[in-house]
Amino acid sequence: MGDLKSFIPEGNISDKWTNHKFNMKLINPANKRKYKLIVVGTGLAGASAAATLGQLGYEVEAFTFHDSARRAHSIAAQGGINASKNYQNDGDSVFRLFYDTVKGGDFRSREANVHRLAEVSESIIDQCVAQGVPFARDYGGLLDNRSFGGAQVSRTFYAKGQTGQQLLLGAYSALNKEVAKGTVKLYSRKEMVDLVVIDGKARGIIVRDLETGAIEKYSAHAVIIATGGYGNVFFLSTNAMNSNATASWRAHKRGAYFGNPCFTQIHPTCLPVHGEGQSKLTLMSESLRNDGRIWVSKTKGDMRSPDQIPEEERDYYLERKYPSFGNLSPRDISSRSAKEVVDDGRGAQGQEAVYLDFKDAINRLGKHAIEEKYGNLFEIYETITGENPYKLPMKIYPAPHYTMGGLWVDYNLMSNLPGLFVLGEANFSDHGANRLGASALMQGLADGYFVIPYTIGNYLAEDKPELLPTDHEEFSKHEKEFDELVDKLMSINGKTTVDTFHKKLGRIMWNKVGMARNEKGLNEAIKEISELREEFWKDLKLVGTKDGVNQTLERAGRVVDYLELGELMAVDALDRNESCGAHFREEYQTGEGEAKRNDEDYTYVSAWEFKDLGRWELHKEDLDFEYVKLATRSYK
Amino acid sequence: MDEKNLNLTLKIWRQAGPTSVGSFQDFKVSVSEDSSILEMIDDLNNELEGDGKEPVTFESDCREGICGTCGLVINGQPHGPIPKIATCQLHMRNFKNGDTIWIEPFRAKAFPIIKDLMVDRSGFDRIMESGGYVSVNTGGVPDANEIPISKDVAAEAFDAAACIGCGACVAACKNASAMLFVSAKVSQFSLLPQGQPERYDRVQKMVMKMDEMGFGSCTNTYACEAECPKGISIKNIARMNRDYIKARATSENLEV
Ligand SMILES: Cc1cc2nc3c(=O)[nH]c(=O)nc-3n(C[C@H](O)[C@H](O)[C@H](O)COP(=O)(O)OP(=O)(O)OC[C@H]3O[C@@H](n4cnc5c(N)ncnc54)[C@H](O)[C@@H]3O)c2cc1C
Ligand code: SF4
Ligand code: FES
Repeated sequence: MGDLKSFIPEGNISDKWTNHKFNMKLINPANKRKYKLIVVGTGLAGASAAATLGQLGYEVEAFTFHDSARRAHSIAAQGGINASKNYQNDGDSVFRLFYDTVKGGDFRSREANVHRLAEVSESIIDQCVAQGVPFARDYGGLLDNRSFGGAQVSRTFYAKGQTGQQLLLGAYSALNKEVAKGTVKLYSRKEMVDLVVIDGKARGIIVRDLETGAIEKYSAHAVIIATGGYGNVFFLSTNAMNSNATASWRAHKRGAYFGNPCFTQIHPTCLPVHGEGQSKLTLMSESLRNDGRIWVSKTKGDMRSPDQIPEEERDYYLERKYPSFGNLSPRDISSRSAKEVVDDGRGAQGQEAVYLDFKDAINRLGKHAIEEKYGNLFEIYETITGENPYKLPMKIYPAPHYTMGGLWVDYNLMSNLPGLFVLGEANFSDHGANRLGASALMQGLADGYFVIPYTIGNYLAEDKPELLPTDHEEFSKHEKEFDELVDKLMSINGKTTVDTFHKKLGRIMWNKVGMARNEKGLNEAIKEISELREEFWKDLKLVGTKDGVNQTLERAGRVVDYLELGELMAVDALDRNESCGAHFREEYQTGEGEAKRNDEDYTYVSAWEFKDLGRWELHKEDLDFEYVKLATRSYK
Repeated sequence: MDEKNLNLTLKIWRQAGPTSVGSFQDFKVSVSEDSSILEMIDDLNNELEGDGKEPVTFESDCREGICGTCGLVINGQPHGPIPKIATCQLHMRNFKNGDTIWIEPFRAKAFPIIKDLMVDRSGFDRIMESGGYVSVNTGGVPDANEIPISKDVAAEAFDAAACIGCGACVAACKNASAMLFVSAKVSQFSLLPQGQPERYDRVQKMVMKMDEMGFGSCTNTYACEAECPKGISIKNIARMNRDYIKARATSENLEV
């Protein structure tokens, strides 16, 4: 029996959020300004939260390590954002979006959260349009939609291949409006390096100023973390270079439980690795799968140029294996299928890659139509690879992309530590074991615009936390501990650079805690990671000083955390003796190679409590599936 | 050594801090043509660190040409020799074996250098805070499809909204003018129905802030458009000027 309570409201699934909103305590407008809130992160989740909370009258302090709030990783999202508007009259509804998301997550998400997400999805689109977000439109001047993996309706709103950019600039503009009014104070180039927990409650944060190196203390009635995902634990991922796990991980070490750390998504359509010097991987939006067909040669070791391989010698393996979803099968299935054909020796021209071909779509719709839909993606492809995708199929391969896991939160998005709220990719909540395309932007904005503004008020009204002064001895203690960590890093004086360690860790993670895992590999990974960690603390070479700009020191701090988090991911993957969604344990598969869930024993959220380095205690939150009946996913 | 590798000489701007005197430092590197220019500097930095030397400070994040963080002047051109890409998208196959490459930060009075190739572009944020938004609150807005917008207008607004805030326009301009950047935001909103209520107020506030932040004036040399990685059109500047003149003629509240 699980011991974690998620505080899901009573009632029918479609009434829970409405009832909860009514039952929650309110804070009267004049009193809101007496409450100080810290928001860490100004991506979609953080910017939308800070803007809305500022507008409501709270005193908000927002932090980002970026030089500007406009640069958060959210800006890179390409494909689109889901909402159950049913503008296309193709049978979409709140319930269908809810259903698709629960099923897509392979029954490892919390039904009540997902339903709320689907409910508020429509308001998100209204909000963004009101802000002037230039979504794509049809000839009648109304909003256009496309479909995405894991869905049979067209519910994805988009702005060319730059949806994240336009949504983030919308949230950034809302934030600017509040900064101008003085309700939000924005701190850029400041990195949260610790969470201050006093008497079990979140009371503030410790920050390093990335320009001066100064360590600073900030106190608040509540702290909201919206710092994104931890995909960069793999070193090579589609995440931005500076995306990192530090805020979440340091909060974890102060007591916040980490939920489902092993649920990491490998995106099927990324550019293949070009060589050792590669710094990150580039995503090609999955929306391309609407019109592109994925294939490899039927023959092993086929080195012919793709245009020399005749139609009958091609294996459109997704269309073959999953006739009803075909190229739009969910991400986990598409990624694993690509790995299978490559492992079978049929990768594109002997590489770790498969073809994504637009020839048929160009013949059917014309080059102009394809250019209009995907023009900038085709350009990106050509700039990077030097090949023209209008002429030759693209080469793609799966890459680490998104982390469904994150800090554990209850229905109110509060962690187990009172006063610590977690939003966006940083929390674990809505996507279960696999996220559907175009649902992360939706979740980030849902959390920030429409959920936290309600639930935080209830916490403040009920709990009445007080504001502690930053000269409180615990603040100083936290500050000192961070300073000591920096000194320790600076004084190792070994021979190996930060990036070398990060790359080594990345390789262990990709090979043993990546797309397919097994007991032996996971045990090896746990051992190798802890050895690497020891080596890091003996042999790190860190140049420069702790004052002023020191990007190597910034990266070193992040790698310290990855070296611990990586181990927890393996521990979690080892604990979960089943395959579900993106978590594929080779021991648990059907005769046809599909993921085999074990609902009897694993219908729970794993929430790990940090005890000591390399030691965790597992807490469980039981999951109930009342409205979407537990069933084997089928995309055939 | 790899056949596809290029042997290059780099001349990189080094400057310890905002008030220090900077100078170019030479490096010899060997790099794969499939690498990006930033990956080349990553490699160089990794080597420097291994030797216990200070790596070159430079900024980047998405490495996909969308976040606007990177921004270097390469051989005299902001974002380098290839049109319509950001620095992070510049691949080494565009250079030849034996080339010498000059790498400098964006230079403008309003973009002070912080360290090496890293500059402070927060002036852009201050301009955005002065009016780069539609003043709607969260909630209480109409259904998205109640505001029909013709496909053409939406597309034009999108093209203006595609600005990544990199500052290459400023770095390219001999007056360090921010007109292209500001006009892109002003245009996005002055084209769309949502932007109409604040249209004339917005343009005045943003232009005033731009001047206050120390950006220069526009003398129509169009260097900005040529270096813009997103192809933001100078038509936006003309549009903004029209709005600005109209605003000045009709409103007194913001006269200074
Ligand atoms: C290439 C790519 C394409 C994608 N495309 C799509 C798509 O089409 N549709 C979709 O739905 N999803 C997509 N996603 C996923 C989606 O973009 C992300 O999940 C989402 O944007 C995360 O938003 P966020 O606000 O939670 O975090 P982020 O946008 O990552 O923001 C994190 C913020 O926290 C700050 N921060 C982090 N740590 C600290 C710290 N310690 N101190 C201070 N500040 C800190 C950062 O500065 C930043 O402001 C894509 C992801 C990638 C990688
Ligand atoms: S207008 Fe172009 S050059 Fe100027 S900031 Fe925007 S994207 Fe960069
Ligand atoms: S790093 Fe984002 S635009 Fe170059």
